[in-house]
Amino acid sequence: MKYTTVIGLEVHAELSTKTKIYCSCKNSFGSEVNSNCCPNCTGMPGSLPTLNEKVVEYAVRMGYATNCTINGVCKADRKNYFYPDLPKAYQISQYDIPLCEHGYVDILTDEEGTTRRIGITRIHIEEDAGKLIHSDNFDGSLVDLNRCGVPLIEIVSEPDLRSAQEAKAYLDTIRGILQYLDISDCKMQEGSIRCDVNVSVMPEGSDKFGTRCEMKNVNGFSAVERAIAYEAKRQMEVLEAGGVIAQETRRWDDIAGKNYLLRSKEDAQDYRYFPEPDLGVIVVEEEKLEELRRSIPELPVHRLLRYRREMGLPYFDANLLCENPDKAAYFEACAALGSCQPKAISNWLLGDVSRILNEKNRTIDDVAMTPESLCAMIALIDKGTISNTAGKTVLEEIIFSGKTPDQVVEEKGLAQISDTAALEAIVQEVLDSNAKVVADYKGGKSNALGFLVGQCMRRSKGQGNPTVIRQLLEKALG
Amino acid sequence: MNLYQHTARELSRMLREKECSAREILQSVFDRIDACDEKVGAYLTLDREGAMAAAGRVDEKIAAGEEPGPLAGIPVAVKDNICTKGLLTTCASRMLYNFVPPYNATVMEKLETAGCVVPGKVNMDEFAMGSSCETSYFKKTHNPHDLDRVPGGSSGGSAAAVAAGEAVLSLGSDTGGSIRQPASCCGVIGLKPTYGSVSRYGLVAFASSLDQIGPMGRCVEDVAALYSVICGRDPMDATTARREYPDFASLLKGEVKGLRIGVPKEYFGPGVDPEVKDLVHQALRELEAAGATLVELSLPGTDYALSAYYIISSAEASSNLARFDGVKYGFRAESFDGLTDMYEKTRSQGFGDEVKRRIMLGTFVLSSGYYDAYYNKAKLFQKALRNEFSQAFQSCDIIATPTAPGIAFRLGENIGDPLKMYASDVCTVAVNIAGLPGLSVPCGTSQGMPVGLQFIGPRFSEERLFDAAYAFQNLRGGSLCTIPELG
Repeated sequence: MKYTTVIGLEVHAELSTKTKIYCSCKNSFGSEVNSNCCPNCTGMPGSLPTLNEKVVEYAVRMGYATNCTINGVCKADRKNYFYPDLPKAYQISQYDIPLCEHGYVDILTDEEGTTRRIGITRIHIEEDAGKLIHSDNFDGSLVDLNRCGVPLIEIVSEPDLRSAQEAKAYLDTIRGILQYLDISDCKMQEGSIRCDVNVSVMPEGSDKFGTRCEMKNVNGFSAVERAIAYEAKRQMEVLEAGGVIAQETRRWDDIAGKNYLLRSKEDAQDYRYFPEPDLGVIVVEEEKLEELRRSIPELPVHRLLRYRREMGLPYFDANLLCENPDKAAYFEACAALGSCQPKAISNWLLGDVSRILNEKNRTIDDVAMTPESLCAMIALIDKGTISNTAGKTVLEEIIFSGKTPDQVVEEKGLAQISDTAALEAIVQEVLDSNAKVVADYKGGKSNALGFLVGQCMRRSKGQGNPTVIRQLLEKALG
Repeated sequence: MNLYQHTARELSRMLREKECSAREILQSVFDRIDACDEKVGAYLTLDREGAMAAAGRVDEKIAAGEEPGPLAGIPVAVKDNICTKGLLTTCASRMLYNFVPPYNATVMEKLETAGCVVPGKVNMDEFAMGSSCETSYFKKTHNPHDLDRVPGGSSGGSAAAVAAGEAVLSLGSDTGGSIRQPASCCGVIGLKPTYGSVSRYGLVAFASSLDQIGPMGRCVEDVAALYSVICGRDPMDATTARREYPDFASLLKGEVKGLRIGVPKEYFGPGVDPEVKDLVHQALRELEAAGATLVELSLPGTDYALSAYYIISSAEASSNLARFDGVKYGFRAESFDGLTDMYEKTRSQGFGDEVKRRIMLGTFVLSSGYYDAYYNKAKLFQKALRNEFSQAFQSCDIIATPTAPGIAFRLGENIGDPLKMYASDVCTVAVNIAGLPGLSVPCGTSQGMPVGLQFIGPRFSEERLFDAAYAFQNLRGGSLCTIPELG
């Protein structure tokens, strides 16, 4: 039998506010163990939470960016459970009234720009827990509470995804939005985005969902793809063998490429949610909501589609440019000048500019070259004033210095010789001293022409215009 | 007369006029503690050095000609569930037998700023759960008026210390009557402030939506002065109200002419001792004679208040006390086998029976399938009760009731019967559920034991309550409290 896979994702993203969600400790990664915490973070008796309003603002922006309804009046709730990384033994989260709900995002399902709409059930704010540390020198577990109180949003999708690839596309979309809103660092290796994955399978054509299994804490987007593929296959095999799927929580082991039973439905925890009495009602004023709504920039998927539609960029280019909001902004600033082709700008940005940035371990923010300079350089090539190769040299000179291309061309004498009279003498010299090659060419070896062009370029110290040289050679050789 | 016997108001005047020093006052209080705390058992921890240093700083200030403030140099005993930096804070529990907070509660910062001197931390029911101080892990506290009787609870140490002259003032906390009931039992004055007027930051939480820290003392002026010191918005406590507070002690006029005092019949039912009822009625007749109007009214929600209270407070407690897990501080079981066993053994051995009873009750009412039937219903009742009080305050300015249904009971009398123990909160819990202020003042004695009269007002009407109490104090010759001999 053929099956359809049904997937829902719960994405936890750490927000990059300056301070934590319920106290004024710094929200930073990599501090010395247990150094970045206060009586609140360590669950001291008598400590109390106070809500960081920036966290609410960040979450509301995510809500607007994913087309959610915002609950301007909501509350926090306690989720009660015991674990050593949770010093209060409850997590302050949101239960029945999340800050944002009933939204959606459009994801790209192919390179033709086809989109599919994925429902967002809810987005709520909550605090992160600490981390357990295991050491060879210590028989037991140690706990680092620095991460306690780091603000999180949990983004819960509807079970609208139908393949591991779609799940990946959805995660890319969510990450893109977080980056465009500049509300999360999105560093997978630092655990700033984590994922719980719900998977079920049903016979193809059916509209009745199968029993779902949840996989906790799948780290990394490609791990999500692998985990889904594995779990879908496992469920199909159980069904094919005449078995039934039990609702359970499973743990994904990415190294082994397998998952294991963590607990069955019967062992599900009762978190005893109730309204957090230490925090009042959370209220976001109408005016503030409107201000936040207006602050949402154009989002990556829409921008990508616009680049294809309005600028004629291929999917590959548009996708790479939109991956980084700063790179996209630079591209747009160049394109807006109207002095060169968008595709030419894209080629330079994705090609040599990216290469130099990678080599120097810098980002587009570090670039001193103005969009005007980049376009001026491209225009010099277009006009034939400099060669493409000289263009690369110019780029290396101007990218971090802020010099203009004209200055560099001047300083380094990079201007191309396109003057026929000046080049004819060189062509004649080359023809005279390469009689054998000339004979070869005339005898039918057409690639001998390339060699002659190269010789001319060398004699002109690279400044001859290769197109003009080629024309002159062809003319001379009849 | 010894210095410890004076009220803060008198002592402040004496300090200003250099009739005594703050160190002399404190020494007198420590002498009194040394003389009689063996019998009373109010204190858990004394801070002789820290207190003497604080008193010394007040003396220096006065010597330098600075204005010391109305409570500078006054010894204030502090309940052992209020975090004191560097000083043991046990909540009278084995669970926190060794817990020294790394930070001060906001009220402690305020006491320090006001120049108050803290001789030590006083006994209480474990985690403030109880009405007799008998659930303390460490010791029993005895009622200074009859050492065979309990001081009430949970702030029994705070009440007994003030009643015995072992402190001039004290701080307690009140979740369902824990300031007012022991004040009534020990014959002192105690205020449970409006919810949200005193910061809870640093108060070890029992039931977050009901807990309030409040003052206790031997005259109305002193209690008003201490309340003025501790109240106010705190950025560290999101449940404190954004408002300004006056200096309550300076506003006392003692005027009851035209004051409408509501007398709800439900508070004078068959569960209340007849002699207690008589004493309260007598006090109300005196106020009426002084110009107040008595208004009979009904608060039918009273009958359900106790049930709702035990649901809400236990639910919140089950969550608040979950952090005591042996991982970070306090007690940890000596031997265990793995994480879950460590949790179970630590919590089984670290908590006393009453605390465990409430944690289980609270866990049950929050459980999936029972939440709506219990917790949610209790929260709905809370709204209804608030409306009921609002309605009542249309026809009266304050409400007067007995503080407790009877006098302090004998040690051990109720400890085996939790329901009987819970019933001693019947007159006080509604005030907490509705978030109102309640003030208990002594109004006479029955069998030689003090009896309390409770004034209840609308939210933030402390000024009105103090003034009614002050008028009553004046009617009774300017004093409501006596310090027993204990010689």
